[in-house]
Order: sequence, then C-alpha cells, then structure tokens
Amino acid sequence: MVQKLPFLKESPSQTAGPYVHIGTNPNWVEITGVWQEDLGLVLVGPGTKGERIIIKGRVFDGAGDPLKDALIEIWQADAEGLYNSPQEKRGKADPNFVGWGRQPADGTTGEYRFETIKPGRVPYKDGRMMAPHITVWIVARGINTGLHTRMYFSDEEAANAECPVLARIAHKARVPTLVATRTEENGLPTYTFDIDIQGEKETVFFDI
Amino acid sequence: MSDQGSFYQRDRSWHPPAFTPSYKTSVLRSPQQPLLSLENTISELTGPVFGHDKLGPLDNDLLRNFAKTGDPVGQRIVVYGRVLDENARPVPGALLEFWQANAGGRYRHKKETYLAAIDPNFGGCGRVITDEEGRYWFRTIKPGAYPWPNGVTDWRPAHIHFSVFGHAFAQRLITQMYFEGDPMIWQDPIVATIPDKSAIEQLVAALDRQNTLPMDALAYKFDIVLRGRRSTMFENRMEGN
Repeated sequence: MVQKLPFLKESPSQTAGPYVHIGTNPNWVEITGVWQEDLGLVLVGPGTKGERIIIKGRVFDGAGDPLKDALIEIWQADAEGLYNSPQEKRGKADPNFVGWGRQPADGTTGEYRFETIKPGRVPYKDGRMMAPHITVWIVARGINTGLHTRMYFSDEEAANAECPVLARIAHKARVPTLVATRTEENGLPTYTFDIDIQGEKETVFFDI
Repeated sequence: MSDQGSFYQRDRSWHPPAFTPSYKTSVLRSPQQPLLSLENTISELTGPVFGHDKLGPLDNDLLRNFAKTGDPVGQRIVVYGRVLDENARPVPGALLEFWQANAGGRYRHKKETYLAAIDPNFGGCGRVITDEEGRYWFRTIKPGAYPWPNGVTDWRPAHIHFSVFGHAFAQRLITQMYFEGDPMIWQDPIVATIPDKSAIEQLVAALDRQNTLPMDALAYKFDIVLRGRRSTMFENRMEGN
C-alpha cells in the first residue's frame, strides 16, 4: 500500500436535456417574472470598445439536421486581447465588455446569433500569439458532456497561419472547420460559424 | 484555489462518453473524431464572474419565485451543499443555475407535451452564487419522475438539472442531481451513460435528516466538484500546498 492521494473526482457531466432553457433562458420560454432578463443575451453596450460584429450559425447533427434545442455559450477577450476575469493577470480588460454570451438556437431554424466585438489576440503558453478566436461551448439534448470548440476568423489568414493552437491540428483539412466565413449584413461584418457535430465535415472539438 | 497551474485533465472515463446508444439522441449528436487535447491557455484559464447584483432576493426560492396564488403543490425540500474543486478547496462566487419539473413530472416549457398538469405556482428555475466557503442552498419542491420518448417505457428518475460556472471556462459543467433511494436511477439510460457506478453515486444527493426543517422541508445534501488546478512546481513555488 502507498499513501492515498487526496484528490476528489470531478462531478460527472450529464446532458442539459431538451428543457435547458427553463434554467438558462426562462424568459425566452415564457417563464416570466422570475428574473428580469436572461443572462448573456447582450454583450455590447454603447461604451464597449472594438469593432462590432455578428456571429451566427447552426449546429448540425450526423444526419445534417440543425439542432433546434441547442444552447451556445461564447467566451472571448476584449478588443485589446484581455479577458474580463479575475484570472487575467496581464492587465485590466474593458469594463464595458464581460466577454461571455449565451444564446439558444432558434426553435424553428436552429440558428444562433451573437452581437459582439472582434477579440484582440492573446498569447499561447510560450508567449507566441494565438490568432483572434472565440471559445464556443455547446450543450443540448443528446450531448452528454458540453462540446468545446473555437471560432477563428476568415479575414485573419496571416494570424491563423501562425496560431500555435491551429498548428496542433494534425489533419490540416480539418482546420477550416474552425474558421468562420466573413460577409457583410446590414453594414456589419457577419461571421457564419456552422458546427457539425458528426460526419464528413466534423468540427474539431477540444479536450481542454 | 491555486491560480497558477493548468487544470487537471478531465477524466473522460469517469464522465459519460459522447456515443451512448441506449440514450438514442446521442447517436447522431456525438463526435466520431477524437477530441484534440490542448494544454490550457489563458482562453480556458479565465472565465466570467457573476456578481450578487445579478440576482434577485427570491432567485433561490422556487416555492416563491413564480408563485401566483399560493404555494406550489408537492414535497417541500431544501437542497444544499458546497462547490469544491478536486483539491477539496471551496469554490466561492460560483454561479449555480438549476431547473426541474414540478411535483407531477411536468416541465413548464412550450415544447413539453406530457399530460401531467402544469402547477400555476411553480416555474421550475432558480440560481444562487456560492458564499466564501463555497456553500449554497435553495428551497423547492421535489420533482416527479416523468416519461420520455426513448424506450417505450422509459421514465427519468426524479432529478434537478445543475449548470455550474467555476472560476474558469475550463470548469464549465452541466449535470443532474438525483435523490437517494430512488430505484429508477438504476434503470435510466441517461444515468447509465456514466460508465462508473461510483461516478453515478456522486450525483445522488443524500437525504439529510439533521438539516431538515421540522414540520416544513426535508433536506438533501448535494456537493459538486469542479476541476482542480496543478501546483506550479519548479516554475514558481508550490501554490497553496
């Protein structure tokens, strides 16, 4: 026998189920009057620094059908590349930008949509700069543990080419699954980031 | 909590795998490619923090936060516990959100069609932020079991869903709490996505007579464990050891 290690085990994950919105977006499912507004719907205000952008997309299952009950969360740095978190030791992030958002997929089309700002670059562990990216986390019925991925930007080719995280992807043909396509919509840069959970175009998911 | 090192890697044999065919919806909603392991960067070591100013006074009281004409019907319970990390250190300031069906197993959701009645005085959502020792508590009614279209006679055991924000996005977790002694736990395909019996037991709240409110509400204790962080040996000094 050896000494026991004192670690606890992490609570195991379970699916968020089809009614996740009751807990995360009660107003959206017409449970009104419990709290004033659902958390995470609005990321930018008048004082937020940075370039306004729209992110939208759908999450597809292995049969190519969009998930209409998914919940998508994003986490990102501010325009200067600082996170609004006590764990951020490099400087003080924009006080008018929390950096976290949450949106349910549309119940009919499956589309999710965020209005946010384009994040600045943040360093990898060894100091090299990662390309601008947004962390994306997906939960839904049928997903036992939340899926963690990253969205990169199609108009950041040079930065993407030198991103140490994208460089970790051995199958280069899979890198484009993490790159959102830029278009213009109502005068705003709009990035479409579709996520394929399973199959030929399967999005790269991370064990972080 | 140490605030230097990376988080301990998730034990993916302890968590449910993605592909669990007895839970049918997982078949088309599970990645087939392996996950890409990534040593934590600052993008995962940071996470949003929620202040008490976001919460209302009844947010942790499901007996009152939706009530229109009186109390909801059902067994009054208090659920309490602590949020800890894998180093057994408390996680203060953690936002917990929870949601559940009413006493008859009926969710208040526009896509729910189960014939059990809606309770006019029960919404089914709550939230709370842990105190400086990682403690939380809330008051609710015990949810009922309900049928779901998986196998023809599958029923979910009574459960409360939990969403947890720790201090970092790497700790983000959604799980479910079950109730001690419920025989349906061991027949449920969603519970059974977890391969390890002791991992399942970690999601079963203990009935706590000690903290039960006499003539009012039964207490259940449910502790939640989030990922812990490595000591930064040699890089700096042993943090918090």
